[in-house]
Amino acid sequence: MAETHERSPSVIDRYYTRWYKTDMKGRSCEDHCILQHSNRICIITLAESHPILQQGRKIKSIDYRISDGCSRLNNKVSGKSKRGGQFLTEFAPLCRIMCTDDTEYTIFSCIRGRLLEVNEDILKRPDLLLEKPSTDGYIAVILPKLEESKTITKDLLTREQYEDVVSKRSTQPQESL
Amino acid sequence: MMLSLKDKDRPVIRKLLAAGCCGRCILRFCCVGKYSSYQQSCEDIHKALLAFLSEDDGEQSHDASGEAEMGDPPCKKMKLDSPQPSSGENASAEGVSEPKAQSGVCVACVGVLQHFCDQSYAKQVSEVVRKGEYQFDSLMLAVSLPAQLSVREHSCWLHIKKEVKEKSMCLDKEDMVQVKDAFKWAVQGLVGKELGASVLTNSAFEVSVGFAHPETDGDCHFLATECPDCFKPTKNKASVFTRMAVVKALEKISDTKFLRHYPCPPVSPSSQCTPLETTCLRASVFIAGRYNKFSRELPQTPWVIDGERRMEGSVEELIANPLLSAFKADGFNFCSSGREDVDVRTLGNGRPFAIELLNPHRAKFNKAEMRQLQETINTSSDKIRVRDLQIVTREATSRMKVGEEEKTKSYSALIWTQKPITPADLDFLENIKELKIDQKTPLRVLHRRPLAIRQRLIHSMSTSYLDTHHFTLQLRTQAGTYIKEFVHGDFGRTKPNLGALMETEVDILELDVESVDVDWPPAVPE
Repeated sequence: MAETHERSPSVIDRYYTRWYKTDMKGRSCEDHCILQHSNRICIITLAESHPILQQGRKIKSIDYRISDGCSRLNNKVSGKSKRGGQFLTEFAPLCRIMCTDDTEYTIFSCIRGRLLEVNEDILKRPDLLLEKPSTDGYIAVILPKLEESKTITKDLLTREQYEDVVSKRSTQPQESL
Repeated sequence: MMLSLKDKDRPVIRKLLAAGCCGRCILRFCCVGKYSSYQQSCEDIHKALLAFLSEDDGEQSHDASGEAEMGDPPCKKMKLDSPQPSSGENASAEGVSEPKAQSGVCVACVGVLQHFCDQSYAKQVSEVVRKGEYQFDSLMLAVSLPAQLSVREHSCWLHIKKEVKEKSMCLDKEDMVQVKDAFKWAVQGLVGKELGASVLTNSAFEVSVGFAHPETDGDCHFLATECPDCFKPTKNKASVFTRMAVVKALEKISDTKFLRHYPCPPVSPSSQCTPLETTCLRASVFIAGRYNKFSRELPQTPWVIDGERRMEGSVEELIANPLLSAFKADGFNFCSSGREDVDVRTLGNGRPFAIELLNPHRAKFNKAEMRQLQETINTSSDKIRVRDLQIVTREATSRMKVGEEEKTKSYSALIWTQKPITPADLDFLENIKELKIDQKTPLRVLHRRPLAIRQRLIHSMSTSYLDTHHFTLQLRTQAGTYIKEFVHGDFGRTKPNLGALMETEVDILELDVESVDVDWPPAVPE
């Protein structure tokens, strides 16, 4: 009895579908994972293969101010219809993450939709992003348009396709530089 | 025959007869408030009016002095004026009124009070009501009239305004009897007798009749150009010329403006109005009770996504279907004190609910019958169980929602922990009292609720250890607390959460509602 605790399906397994965007904007290994709830809400997270999550990396800073005029921190939504939220397209940047080795990464929306919230907890505790990248260390919550909720994922990879891409990377080491 | 007319009504009667008004409309304009006057046949009323006018010919000389009625102060002006118009109009009234009233359609009511106040119309209406197979012992009659009747009424009023004011300065258009009321006085007794029901001004059973008169629909149109602000188009109205809008416009328009656009008296219509379909509506019946839900695969309400059903059955359907067929109702609205997820059971005393049954054809059930009905629901499915089933008032159902947020709810949850645990690892939870938590709107409902942070209270917790990775958590919380999110944390959006308290990842495998502490509806003794 005590040994029968193989993990049953997790919250993500039960209610979300995992979608992936690999090599975002042609940048090698910058993989994003989009968790889509059955109610169409999407949570943007780092895929486990993202360079930031690789052995030993540390985060120096996270910045949701993506330009002088625009900060994701200013995003506010009101009412059931979430009026006022910034509308994002696939390549809209969500935040920039600087690692301690001074490499900077941009995290993108990956899907079209209205920004509902960004995760401010990772500003105070950047380690959350490293420790729980697919739950408490999420980047943002986006609500796709109702009529687009089925089509926004058509250019994304399924979990299976993603695993395929990642395993090919390791068997065929990339020509560096 | 007594028509309750006064001598001063004679000039009014003469003018209206000449204008082509029917007998009942003339009684209306003479402010006759005696129901029985309207219950005579059209012909009898007409004859009685002519007889009343001819009485005057013999007694005319006595009248002026002999009719000092109560509340009618003698009026000098009238004494001077009356001989002239009355003698002048007498002649025309005699010559014109009879053929007009007999053959023509009434200029004021376009036939409503001429052709639809008799036994045969009452029978026609009653027949439709009987076909509906309603259970009732009283009824109220509702009448819908074409809006242009108000325009015609106004024109008639202006036609006789002078004569009425001479009768008494205090009388005004509002003192005239309305077509609607005259119609009811004339016909509702006949309908009631036909159906063996008493007719009340307020009854839960409403019989609606109505009339249309397309020929004169254009009567209202000039008002739209004169008072455009009274006729704003609205989404769900077929025409802007609603009765309310027309009445409002008529209150605003000056007499001269009205007379410039509309004939006074109104033009005689060539056809009579046509009756609309008779409809019946029984006021909603409200049923309350408490339900248990024993299944983790049963939604509270039908679960439909993109028009497709995700799961068979629902709590509300299992309860409502037997009620719908017993009360022979057209539909229902289900409402409850909170709700539970598909995979959550509701145990204990159950969750209070109320169902509004729309247009029930049967409405009277005694306690024994209600108990029987409850039994029918309970034997129809083992997924739910109902208790305290009873008929309540609409007002009482609001008590279910009062203080919903302040109420306490008790839950029992099966918890999985990532780290292995011992019973001692759970002890600290029992010591936590009145824990304040901040919950962002859970992601699972965020698509249909506003984003907000709500503070909720976990009053107390207790635990039962199961094995190294499982235990049962009993919670008493403020209503409105999202339990699943308190356990798994919802991506860190509920703070603190059980995982944070226990410093390990935790998940909720099963959840039961143990009690909903709302003391309504009252318990029904078995």
